[in-house]
Amino acid sequence: MSETLLRVSGLKTYFYTASGVSKAVDGVSFELNRGEVLGIVGESGSGKSVTSNSLIRLLPPRTGRIVDGEILFEGRNILTMSHKELLEFRGKEIATIFQDPMTSLDPVFKIGKQMVEMICAHQKVSKKEAREMAIHALKRVGIPEPEKRMEAYPYELSGGMCQRVIIAMAVCCKPKFIIADEPTTALDVTVQAQVLDLLKDLQKEMNTSILLITHNLGVVWEMCDKVMVMYAGNTVESADTKTLYSNPLHPYTWGLLDSIPRLSDETKGELRTIPGTPPDLRLTGKCCNFYNRCPYVTDKCCESVPPLVEVEPGHFVACHRQNGEERLVRGEVTHDAE
Amino acid sequence: MLKTILKRIVQCIPTLFIVVTFTFILTRAIPGNPAQTLLGPQATAEDIAAMEVKLGLDQPKWKQYIDYMGDVLHGDFGTSYMYNQPVVDLILQRIPSTLQITLTSLIIALIVGVGIGMFSALHQYSAFDYVFMVLALVGVSMPIFWLGMMLVSFFSVNLGILPVMGRGDIANGLWDVISHMILPCLCLCTIPMATFARITRSSMLEVIGSDSIKALRARGISERSVIFKHALKNALPPIITVLGLQLASCFTGAILTESIFSWPGLGTMIVNAINNRDYMLIQGMVLFFAVIFVVINLLVDLAYMLINPRVSYEGGGA
Repeated sequence: MSETLLRVSGLKTYFYTASGVSKAVDGVSFELNRGEVLGIVGESGSGKSVTSNSLIRLLPPRTGRIVDGEILFEGRNILTMSHKELLEFRGKEIATIFQDPMTSLDPVFKIGKQMVEMICAHQKVSKKEAREMAIHALKRVGIPEPEKRMEAYPYELSGGMCQRVIIAMAVCCKPKFIIADEPTTALDVTVQAQVLDLLKDLQKEMNTSILLITHNLGVVWEMCDKVMVMYAGNTVESADTKTLYSNPLHPYTWGLLDSIPRLSDETKGELRTIPGTPPDLRLTGKCCNFYNRCPYVTDKCCESVPPLVEVEPGHFVACHRQNGEERLVRGEVTHDAE
Repeated sequence: MLKTILKRIVQCIPTLFIVVTFTFILTRAIPGNPAQTLLGPQATAEDIAAMEVKLGLDQPKWKQYIDYMGDVLHGDFGTSYMYNQPVVDLILQRIPSTLQITLTSLIIALIVGVGIGMFSALHQYSAFDYVFMVLALVGVSMPIFWLGMMLVSFFSVNLGILPVMGRGDIANGLWDVISHMILPCLCLCTIPMATFARITRSSMLEVIGSDSIKALRARGISERSVIFKHALKNALPPIITVLGLQLASCFTGAILTESIFSWPGLGTMIVNAINNRDYMLIQGMVLFFAVIFVVINLLVDLAYMLINPRVSYEGGGA
């Protein structure tokens, strides 16, 4: 269980646009053991998806570039792989499940054909064997009448069914690692639960590691062993799930947790939000990125970037006021920043 | 599928009816008298009157119209005044010569244009992309008669390496035929080639940026399969639309190009027919062109259905 599968250190992925360099991921490090599920949470634009796409080097060719860092998968550095090695690697060792199942399948090819192509790209099997493997995989993910579905086009299936097909494709090459980039965001709530259960079952069955990207903290609680909270391209807090929920330390994590609506809340008032918007990623890197939205901001926060400090074993926080010397007390968030 | 085709064919009938009616009205609206044109300036009033009777032009216009419609419904498209041959025969005689240059140039335009468009899309913002897109813009906006005359003046008059006009004769060897085709084909393929290049580029760019292509790459599918199998098939519909339009104009003949190079095709024939007020031939040819357009539009729609399973004209589908 404790064998390290993936080690990411100091990953920096920048986007070179006409208006400047956007530091989408700015020095992210994490580790993932075999069979573990790591959740990355954060609001839109915090660098979650860019981090996961960097792992398989799937970035826009002209603008996106991994400028620094190391990604070791079973000791092999993904960043130095040749294009050919990378092709073998993607799909076989690391499978990816994207957010919108309806657009993740090629609309003009039958599902069976797409699955067979994927299997044949990674395994030395005949088309017929690949077909059988595909049918088996479809059956495994709970698709009724898999033989019939093989002949269907993606548009003929519902969103939930499509996501099952994509999960079937992801697992049919028995990858060691699955990146699930908001796998349930585009699905309705009842189907979300089914898809998550399926992922969890498959993960246990194959002892696969999963990187689950989401902005749903409930999903993290259900699924993940460890959580990493990202904000503006950086990790602001990471810990195992229980610790993070029972003892969150970063003001941004507090804000996220406070934003979850609770049934027990009798006031039935407005939903809580974190005021303000994330910073412009072209301008980050000089101070704490959260300072303009943080209710606990001090002068120190505007002077330097807080380092990620291990405040207790396995619990890392990047906050000037939570680095061990000082301890903030989580209070009512009353600050109304712009 | 069969039901769709039949339905579409039935829908074409009003279109063709309107085409026949309008052509009839418009040809009659052109100033000039076919009998006078046929007999020449020396003809007397009696000669002209006799010729009008012979051609049936002495009848009231509505009577002529009803007679013509009746004939068309019986499959008789009349006889050309100037050639004194059935219109259908004349059209059939000219089709091969027109297709010889139009199809050749369309095939060249398709292969080169789609190739350039794909390359440009895959190397967006490269020097190649900029150069070819500027050239394509020039190509689309080039007046074809000007291009034709420039080609003739450069290759035939100045360099003297290619013939100015005519179709050539296979009896003089294959080169004679090919050399006569080069300039008309060059002239004809410029606009379609530029159109194909531009439409392929934009369609490919849209597809390459889509999530499904990203997902294919994430699955480790080879770049060749991603581009030539998946992206190209997704990018095809607009290309097919342009192809259909261009194919239809292959049959209508390239009026300007054929006139410049005196190519004996449908284009020159309709120009002659209009100049000579050959009502039957004009009407017959316009109807023929209308049928070709309708048929090719139908074929394009069928091609959509084959490429994109989501397209269904029967009201079922998605």
